[in-house]
Amino acid sequence: MDTSRFTCVDAITWRIEPHGAMRVPAIIYADEDLIREMDDKVYEQAANVATLSGIVQASYAMPDAHWGYGFPIGGVAAFDPDQGGVLSAGGVGFDISCGVRTMLTGLKVADIIPVQKSLADSLYQQIPAGVGSRGPISLDEIEMDAMLAEGAAWAVERGWGEARDLERIEEHGTMSGAQPANVSERARERQRREMGTLGSGNHYLEVQAVAEIFDAKVADVFELSPDDVVATIHCGSRGLGHQIGTEFLKEMLLAAKASGIELIDRELACAPINSDVGERYLGAMRAAINCALANREILGHYARRVFTHFFPACHLRLLFDVSHNTCKVEAHVIEGKDRELFVHRKGATRAFGPGHESLPEPLRSVGQPVLIGGSMGTGSYILAGETTAEDKAFSSACHGAGRALSRHAALKQWSGRKIVDELAEQGIIIKSPSMRGVAEEAPGAYKDVGAVVAAAEQAGLARRVARLRPLICIKG
Amino acid sequence: MANVTSSSVICCAGWEHFPHDADIGIRGFGATPAEAFEQAAVALTTIVTHAEVKPLGAVEVTCEAPDLELLFVDWLNTVIYEMAVRKMLFARFAVTIEGTRLKATLWGELVDVARHAPACEPKGATYTALRVSQETDGVWSAGCVVDV
Repeated sequence: MDTSRFTCVDAITWRIEPHGAMRVPAIIYADEDLIREMDDKVYEQAANVATLSGIVQASYAMPDAHWGYGFPIGGVAAFDPDQGGVLSAGGVGFDISCGVRTMLTGLKVADIIPVQKSLADSLYQQIPAGVGSRGPISLDEIEMDAMLAEGAAWAVERGWGEARDLERIEEHGTMSGAQPANVSERARERQRREMGTLGSGNHYLEVQAVAEIFDAKVADVFELSPDDVVATIHCGSRGLGHQIGTEFLKEMLLAAKASGIELIDRELACAPINSDVGERYLGAMRAAINCALANREILGHYARRVFTHFFPACHLRLLFDVSHNTCKVEAHVIEGKDRELFVHRKGATRAFGPGHESLPEPLRSVGQPVLIGGSMGTGSYILAGETTAEDKAFSSACHGAGRALSRHAALKQWSGRKIVDELAEQGIIIKSPSMRGVAEEAPGAYKDVGAVVAAAEQAGLARRVARLRPLICIKG
Repeated sequence: MANVTSSSVICCAGWEHFPHDADIGIRGFGATPAEAFEQAAVALTTIVTHAEVKPLGAVEVTCEAPDLELLFVDWLNTVIYEMAVRKMLFARFAVTIEGTRLKATLWGELVDVARHAPACEPKGATYTALRVSQETDGVWSAGCVVDV
């Protein structure tokens, strides 16, 4: 992007001044290299979000922002119901509550190396992944309703997880206010055999090693030391979330059309928070959040079983579980006043700083773990929320590396087989049903995750705690 | 990537993928909107696999929307739904459009992971880069970005 289109507030803060129908400014957090490489569509989409009714303070984009639909991916926006604020299905996205969990294994790299290949094979066999995969769990209507209402707590009650996991999950594993009755039959049908499945695309399960520590004090609280092994899962609400997103996007679009509202972008279709469709979406979207929380809890259970098989004394403990595509009601202080806002994060992580009351006691003094997925070759990061993120972007941070090249361009440039072989030489085992899928997710197709997290730290959104390097990657 | 069929009856039928930062765009071309919709559905299947998909079973679907562009998104989302719940991939499509209503038959087979090596899963068709139009040469095109 041409940086002259922005007011450069400081080296990491780029402001689009309100113009046209914008109600507030748009602010992108990125260093100069990242902003220059960003697609012009991020500018356009961040500015478009700033035109929505009831938006508070600014429309934000994180350092990993890229072209999305309606909202940029990496977009954050908060709305006030008392000022005509809206709910946007596109502002949450199709994969509702897609997120990341990281589990501590208590193992060291030296423990993994002798069994690395058979552990990879076993995880690949035990974790249903990819198109056409089905999990062993099938839900009848009663169980579906219970899962949609209770999330990860439901999974734990059914034996697919552990009670102590719950305090390490956003909302303590259960998103309140879910309305299973608002979830359509088609959405339920898509989910009936998809509980405990990983999905495909950029979703993965990785076994990772702690490669570098940036903040020893926080790493100590997170129980991370050099060469420790962790297991990380990236996935979401599967078919159920996709179907809810599809249905409500259409309904909001048709409602806007019927009311004669001209949308600047159809993907920004939205409904007032205080409206029938707004309330129904909120109830359904919260049910989809519970579906994602339950799904990750079940997948964590499967991973736990495989690790215990290889290492009988090993017991995976959840470090934390974060969601990326959500709208949540949160209390924020705006110009000295407490306000209850509906915060949309589309490809952005909630990042509460030290002292936040929602954090479990062991983590409260250092801030929330912010889990950043990189690419399968370059590694991932664990950050900690910063108090300064509250003023910067309603306590939000980036969520991943963000794509630098489209899948289309990646396919032209890389061969999946060659990537698998090259990564094997670096000690990374990739398991995937599709070599083309591997090529589309090539490490080179992503931005430099190191630059993204450094920018997030410089912006005061979250501070770096540890860098992880992959040992095994199971891709759907 | 582009694929133009060799059919001599309808010389303009075909499909293409176009780039999007995170996802993928699909576009179908044809002599009529219905044919462009059919070709776009072929492009949708090709997001998942480049392998042959055999037309072993048929599924009937209908959808309805107030205009052609919204009908196109609905059509793709209907195909995505059938792919997801039936664990099938579809190779051939016969679409008829009457006013705001679409009827179609999809022919395909169950996903065979070893043979199809599915690369990724379409989550939903979006309104981004959505356009259904007749070009100056009379050819209809129908395209949008699909979230994968």
